[in-house]
Amino acid sequence: MRDVAVLGIGMTRFGELWDRSFREIGIEAGFQALVDARLSSKDLQAFYLGNMASGSLLEQEHIAPLVIDYAGLGGHHVAAVRVEAGGASGAVALHQGYLAVASGLYDFVVVGGAEKLTDVPDAVANRITGSTADQEWESVFGATLPGLWAMVARRHMHDFGTLREEFARVSVHAHAQGAKNPNAHYRNRLTLEQVLGAGPVAEPLGVFDCAPLSDGAAAVVLGPLETARKYTDTPIRVAASQVACDTMALQHRREITTLQSTVIAGRSAFDRARIAPAAIQVAEIDDAYSIGALVALEDLGFVEKGRSGPAFATGQFTGSGPTFVNPSGGLKAQGRPFGAVGVAQVVEIVRQLRGEAGERQIAGARWGLAHNVGGTGATSVVHLFERTA
Amino acid sequence: MATSIARYWRETPRRYNLGGNRCQNCRTVYFPPRSVCPSCSVHRQSLGKFEPFQLSGEGEVHSFTVVHDPAEGFDMQVPYVLALVRTPEGPTLTGQVVDVAPEEVRIGLPVRATFRKLREEGPAGVIHYGYKFTPTGAPASVRPAGVRPDPPPAPGATGTARA
Repeated sequence: MRDVAVLGIGMTRFGELWDRSFREIGIEAGFQALVDARLSSKDLQAFYLGNMASGSLLEQEHIAPLVIDYAGLGGHHVAAVRVEAGGASGAVALHQGYLAVASGLYDFVVVGGAEKLTDVPDAVANRITGSTADQEWESVFGATLPGLWAMVARRHMHDFGTLREEFARVSVHAHAQGAKNPNAHYRNRLTLEQVLGAGPVAEPLGVFDCAPLSDGAAAVVLGPLETARKYTDTPIRVAASQVACDTMALQHRREITTLQSTVIAGRSAFDRARIAPAAIQVAEIDDAYSIGALVALEDLGFVEKGRSGPAFATGQFTGSGPTFVNPSGGLKAQGRPFGAVGVAQVVEIVRQLRGEAGERQIAGARWGLAHNVGGTGATSVVHLFERTA
Repeated sequence: MATSIARYWRETPRRYNLGGNRCQNCRTVYFPPRSVCPSCSVHRQSLGKFEPFQLSGEGEVHSFTVVHDPAEGFDMQVPYVLALVRTPEGPTLTGQVVDVAPEEVRIGLPVRATFRKLREEGPAGVIHYGYKFTPTGAPASVRPAGVRPDPPPAPGATGTARA
């Protein structure tokens, strides 16, 4: 295994991109990343595309070679592979790209993530995204994805005294950051009162506790660290790439206030990088549902189990502690184009570690973390990154 | 939606009658039934060792939500209570709690499974049946919302036996 670096990044704006097609946004993000890496497309050997549901959303399967074809690379016979892991599709695609370069099989790969969720009505998109939980034993009985996460929230409140206001603050923070992000789906600020007063989706979660359905694409170029300086002035080392899974259905977990997949992926990532959570300056945490970000901060070891609510509410992850969470605006404000999420998180972390995050820059960031979840935690992915310069 | 009829029909013994199974190696009960036991240290030893096991239908609300933005086919039922129900036999089931006002549902509420219509796939589609839950009593004990339990004792601390 050799060290792998991120050489280039790209992403489209996230939101309701009704005037643009799947192939257009995929190509835009991919070429931005190639240009950023000063890499010729002829050097590209493989393409991994995180995408949850092109088949049910666009009635188009076999979508990785399609994007490569319209990127003008059909004649180069590049290996193109679609990767699906529900909401974690992008991060698992990155894991595949990392493995390919680390193993030495390929030198240069593009990892993309793309999804078009607003080409279909919301009810259809919700049914499709809901199928990342267990259709046979959850959905059939009336479970929705926010409904399952709402039960995690209720139990967390019961077991640890977590307050409704505490997870509402995750969304308030997300929108404060989204306001500074030109690519974000939502750039408006939200007050605590607005989050608390929003219509209920699945109690105790309201509309503003749930990330939106978005369109968008993101991409990164990976290559060997040893030659990275030929392509970028600030190579960002992939210090760990860990995927862990758990039971498909929430009902089969011994505890629902912990995602064991996140615990295992996080612990093995920190072991591999030989650092502790407090060493991380910037973290993109999956806040598809506000409570999920609090649970993840506990499961990743940033705060003791059960204490994330007060810690978040007192600013420990939004400026006053060693780790700043979701500088991009998270899934809540930057947006949630399912398959693109895990890659977009990495785009933000790389921007931060390069010192190119503008208004959102966290000063002196050297270590970054990205955490992406599929379903209710049947898949969790943790990546760690280090600025090497 | 448009579920295939075979896909729906083959699950009826489980969804209608709570038919699970039990690993004869380690005695763990599963619902829905499994063919490989996750609890046995050598998984393959459980292959072919399962026996049918009927759940009693009794249980207790482990967590719940009131759904306002429904799953497909549940539009006519909003708002509805969805719960995780822990059974005394071991498995936890996901299902609606009915015949009770949503504001009266609590964690710890004892419930029993009952056979109900779940949803229909439009006027000419498959009608899904299965279990929902109804209350059988009052919850055992409820901590008021917003009251934090005592933090766990620090490692090495002594003299605080947990009730």
